[in-house]
Amino acid sequence: MLRYLASRLAGMLLVLAIVAVLVFVLTRAASGDPISVLLGDQATAADIARVQVQYGLDRPLPVQFLYWLKELAQGNLGDSIFLQRPVLQALAERAEPTTLLSLLAVAIATVIGVPCGIVGAVFRGRVIDQVFTSLAMLGASIPSFWLGLVLMQLFAVSLGWFPVSGYGDPGATLAERLHYLVLPATVLGLLNSALIIRFTRASMLDVLGEDYVRTARAKGLGEWPVVLKHALRNALVPIVTVIGLTVALMIGGAVVTETVFGLPGVGSLVVNAVLRRDYPVIQGALLVIAAIYVVINFLVDLLYMAVDPRVKY
Amino acid sequence: MGLLLRKLFRRRIVLLAALVLLTVVLIAMAAQWVTPYDPNDTAVLERLNAPSASHYLGTDELGRDLFSRIAFGGRYSLAIAALTAFGAILGGTLLGLVAGFFRRLDAPLMRIVDAMMSLPDILLAIALVAILGPSLLNVVLALVLVYTPRVARVVRASTLVVRELLFVEAARALGIATWRILWRHILPNLLSPILVQASFIFAYAILAEAALSFLGVGVPPEIPTWGTMVAGGQQYAHQSLGVVLYPGLAIILTALSLQVLGDGVRDLLDPRLKKSM
Repeated sequence: MLRYLASRLAGMLLVLAIVAVLVFVLTRAASGDPISVLLGDQATAADIARVQVQYGLDRPLPVQFLYWLKELAQGNLGDSIFLQRPVLQALAERAEPTTLLSLLAVAIATVIGVPCGIVGAVFRGRVIDQVFTSLAMLGASIPSFWLGLVLMQLFAVSLGWFPVSGYGDPGATLAERLHYLVLPATVLGLLNSALIIRFTRASMLDVLGEDYVRTARAKGLGEWPVVLKHALRNALVPIVTVIGLTVALMIGGAVVTETVFGLPGVGSLVVNAVLRRDYPVIQGALLVIAAIYVVINFLVDLLYMAVDPRVKY
Repeated sequence: MGLLLRKLFRRRIVLLAALVLLTVVLIAMAAQWVTPYDPNDTAVLERLNAPSASHYLGTDELGRDLFSRIAFGGRYSLAIAALTAFGAILGGTLLGLVAGFFRRLDAPLMRIVDAMMSLPDILLAIALVAILGPSLLNVVLALVLVYTPRVARVVRASTLVVRELLFVEAARALGIATWRILWRHILPNLLSPILVQASFIFAYAILAEAALSFLGVGVPPEIPTWGTMVAGGQQYAHQSLGVVLYPGLAIILTALSLQVLGDGVRDLLDPRLKKSM
């Protein structure tokens, strides 16, 4: 158990180290220089050189990389070139809308996806199964920005049930915040339920063919107790995995939806940083998002043991 | 081949998907003959018209014919997605074969794949386009880099299975060169998973290009793709939803039929999966 944990932790660190190298190499290979963007057309060569020294951009790349790693090890992601504040602070300020949005969206996706997947598996091949399978495929084919714009037009602009965009005043209460998040979370929830439907259905189909399910039926249990008590519990591992992955991917993957609804989240921070070539923000944000993904993956593995006592490491 | 196709199209939904896809591709390829207007002709007096006999799908904010723009835009969207699928399949197959066959390279290559897949597709694509600069070709290049690890993972997994089969061992015992074993004995057995991946990546690339262009970090806005059309139309959506609705429907129709087709191919070529999927 402990050995397993140690090797998993080492693996996580290795993957993150590779992400760090990739992110560093990619941002430095970029065309366009943040300093000249920052200082504008009027800057002289001397001005540019001075600011380059200030941000350490005049040193050789390997030195810059080592310096960055050293800072990383101390939990310092560097300072944004444009926002005039530490990257970590900028990320923390944007974390709330993204986190709330992701959790809400995954809740919606799970509430839709798991029951539809179970029903699809139980009534395999029947009309209802085909309807759900087709809907799942449709969900994977709709662009999030398109669904966002259409729902916004319908429920915010025409009917006025929800605010069109934004995240409310700085002092808004949680209830007001949630009101702003209903539409974007619905968009992400609907679209992401597709994957959960498919995984739940596949996992349930595997389990429904097992001997113990047949035994449960043979001893006269009704179909639904068999499905919900005997089959579902054993089908949970892949379902939990896909829900965990959905949370992990949503943190950075919600960027398009955040943009449509004008939410001040992590996604829009990254898009703006990209447009202004704000390297420290791009590097820091990508690294943090990758780290969240890797950690959630790890937590999902640990969760297996709670869900399925047969799993022992 | 004919028998396989007949089997594939026995499921009517798959046949329908193939026909829809064929229609979309034909309309895009024959755009200059089937469209009544030049896609860039503006007509200020006919802004944001509803669909009518003269404008099948209405007009956009500059009075340009939406049907003509969707047909011409389809050329770009489809070409970008096709090139992406081709590039990712090529790169991913190569990487996957090497990782699956040469055990020493497996761990390092797969850790890099893990690292790239720990970032959401769209975010990685945004970062890559930002670095390469926004142009048609760079969007393709970025999307190829995003989807290559996905293909590599699938191809590696299949290679691991095939390399242990008896005929590969026999080929090795006969002293056949390694590259020949890979090309003649292993690759042909990977064709079905690769084909399935190709159709799915084609669909994902359509969606990803649209998302990138929508965010303003993809194809330059003056080039009509389905993504740039939705992006340009969004601020006029409250006057006429069509400018957003119809290009989006083109995206959905194309992506959906590609996925149905990919699913059909998977069921056909890999009967073992039928049980679970």
